[in-house]
Amino acid sequence: MLELCNVSKRYGGVVALEPTTLQLSSGRTYVLLGTSGCGKSTLLKIALGLTEPDSGTVRFEGQTLQPDNVLQIRKRIGYVIQSGGLFPHLTARKNVSLIADFLNWSTTKIRNRIEELSALTQLPESTLDRYPAQLSGGQQQRVALMRALMLDPDWMLLDEPLGALDPMIRSDLQNDLSGIFRSLQKSVVLVTHDLHEAAHFGDEIILLREGRLVQAGTMQELIDHPSDPFVTRFIQAQQGISPSDHSNSNFDRPEFTRPDDSQPERGERGVQ
Amino acid sequence: MIRTIAIVGVLVLLAFAPLSMRSAGIRIGSKKFTESVVLGEMINILCADTGIDSVHYRELGGTQLVYQALLQGEIDAYPEYTGTITEEILSGRKVGSLEEMRLALAEQGVGVSKPIGFNNTYALAMNRARARELGIERVSDLSRYPDLAFGFSSEFLNREDGWPNLRKHYDLPQQRVAGLDHDIAYRQLKNGSIDVMEAYSTDAKIDVYDLKLLEDDRAFFPRYDAVVLYRQNLKTRAPEVIESILRLENLVNAEAMISSNSRVEVDRISEGRAAAEFLENTLGIESEVADTSRWQRIATRTGEHLDLVRRSLIPAILLAIPLGIVAAKRPRFGQGILGIVGVVQTIPSLALLVILMPLVAWLGLNSIGLGSTTAVTALLLYSLLPIVRNTHTGLRGISPEYSEAALAIGLPPWDRLVRIELPLAAPSILSGVKTAAVLNVGFATLGALIGAGGYGQPIITGIRLNDTALILEGAVPAAVLALLVQAGFDLGEKWVVPRGLRLQANS
Repeated sequence: MLELCNVSKRYGGVVALEPTTLQLSSGRTYVLLGTSGCGKSTLLKIALGLTEPDSGTVRFEGQTLQPDNVLQIRKRIGYVIQSGGLFPHLTARKNVSLIADFLNWSTTKIRNRIEELSALTQLPESTLDRYPAQLSGGQQQRVALMRALMLDPDWMLLDEPLGALDPMIRSDLQNDLSGIFRSLQKSVVLVTHDLHEAAHFGDEIILLREGRLVQAGTMQELIDHPSDPFVTRFIQAQQGISPSDHSNSNFDRPEFTRPDDSQPERGERGVQ
Repeated sequence: MIRTIAIVGVLVLLAFAPLSMRSAGIRIGSKKFTESVVLGEMINILCADTGIDSVHYRELGGTQLVYQALLQGEIDAYPEYTGTITEEILSGRKVGSLEEMRLALAEQGVGVSKPIGFNNTYALAMNRARARELGIERVSDLSRYPDLAFGFSSEFLNREDGWPNLRKHYDLPQQRVAGLDHDIAYRQLKNGSIDVMEAYSTDAKIDVYDLKLLEDDRAFFPRYDAVVLYRQNLKTRAPEVIESILRLENLVNAEAMISSNSRVEVDRISEGRAAAEFLENTLGIESEVADTSRWQRIATRTGEHLDLVRRSLIPAILLAIPLGIVAAKRPRFGQGILGIVGVVQTIPSLALLVILMPLVAWLGLNSIGLGSTTAVTALLLYSLLPIVRNTHTGLRGISPEYSEAALAIGLPPWDRLVRIELPLAAPSILSGVKTAAVLNVGFATLGALIGAGGYGQPIITGIRLNDTALILEGAVPAAVLALLVQAGFDLGEKWVVPRGLRLQANS
């Protein structure tokens, strides 16, 4: 059970998340759905203790998340982000085994676990000795998934794991992912802005808007009994677009954003 | 990890490997102008004549630095001038007579010889022929010729003991007074564009240009009688040395000094040889002067220079990287660190050496001479900024997705730093180290200011003697070494920067 009690967050004067309470039970797949800036990623980061909430508490399997237990708890949660977040200076294999190396697992144990995971994620072992820069986007996400699964955590938190992929690869990985989660019986929280992805994965969908929880329930409930006109508008807006279009991650960008605007950001991030 | 430990281990060994240190019984100092070096060589020969081992730290930075070194026992004796003692060393104490000066210095444990025979003060100089033609012998004679043109250095135009008071003292009527570079003034005087300039009374150029020094008949210029300053404990440590050195008293008149100076500056013989010639002619002391070939000199200088570089750069790396890490992790503290290492960079090298020397001496380390810890410490401080700053920038510039991923995986702070953050910042840190190393090779020439040798030595000697070949003998190897260091780091990059990052940079 992962419980968020009255957690809220603001950045400067901007509210990222209004006080929100959620109870997520083990063994189910939840999807946090909403447009950019609705607070869904913030919610996920608060749940993992990466972002400290301004108010409220997080309880993981009965334990309140605190600085002294957060590292321990994170080992029981796998986390995958949109760009993979693979460390560029380590091979795929080292990325996957990093935490096990730190925990001093034996080499045999590590090798066996990596074998299992590469079978599970359908990533040929030969690719594991490459560096992230030598892998395709889809391969990188599979490695990131292996890394998150290394310690066999009960929970998986995924922040737009398919957001940066081409439509074809995306659909393959989507099927593989839900297969893996079902077979391993993981508790999953997945963040997306894509209605189809939400429908594909979610036992329960939690729709957020401007830092506020709008409605939680199955896709059918959201369609049949919308709690707010926004729910219907959100669903209809995405249904009106053909699948190939809305799987493009630029979909929810404000129209005035031109590609050029992303240039300075890239410069800032560059590691000299 | 093992590789990192290996790198650090090798660096530490390199940094603290012993020097081929030269320790000598008696240490003589001199300042960085020809006359001081020649006198230092004379004192050195007189020491050696007693059979006691001695060494000459030549061309030390300036009066403050040399006198500090004497007070701290880093040197035992050096040549000085009475005017400098009253104006700079004992300034504010108003010592008038030689006897008062002797007492004041004795309080500091310093002994002073009687004048050694010449007065190196300011003097007015004219072409000998022109002076004879006008019948000018003394400064007061100038008042009869109001149309003469004067050319003075800007320093002389502004000093208290310079032109403004000289003009009042002698009531001089001349209006044509120009500010001129000293070296240019000699040429102007020769070709007749000016009639009078100021000169140092034992300047070698007086001989070269055949100048007449005008007698200071109303005693305007302060006296700069050359004397020897020595540590008083030398009287008990090596009385025979004192006795031998004091043979200089009343031995060197102005004419002899001018001639020795011009042997060096005009005939281009070494200071040691000029000093040996003089002592052989006057006291009949025979001494051997070893002349070294250019390549031998370059080899020795290279060894000294590399000593300075390795002993300062490596500790700087080991100190600056942790400082950079702290600066990146504790932003408020970090501003302080970056501020301090930045300010250090702005301190002029001579000032930094003078500040550091008492501290180094207090710690019981050798503050001047070969292997000088003062020079090494100054270089170390100068090397911090690029490394601290690049470490800081490298760590702060890590893309948030990597920091977040490292956190999410559950690594504790130390492991995040060692396994993720430092490798990602490695290219930036390395380029900081590279910058520091190249700058260090250049800065290490400052070692010459306190006798630590290196490529700076031929450079300051070359500047002093206006000898371009000698300047190049230091400057060219220094430039070559800087290029080699740069190339070395470019090769080393393959070893230090993780392969995955190099792939990423190329893709």
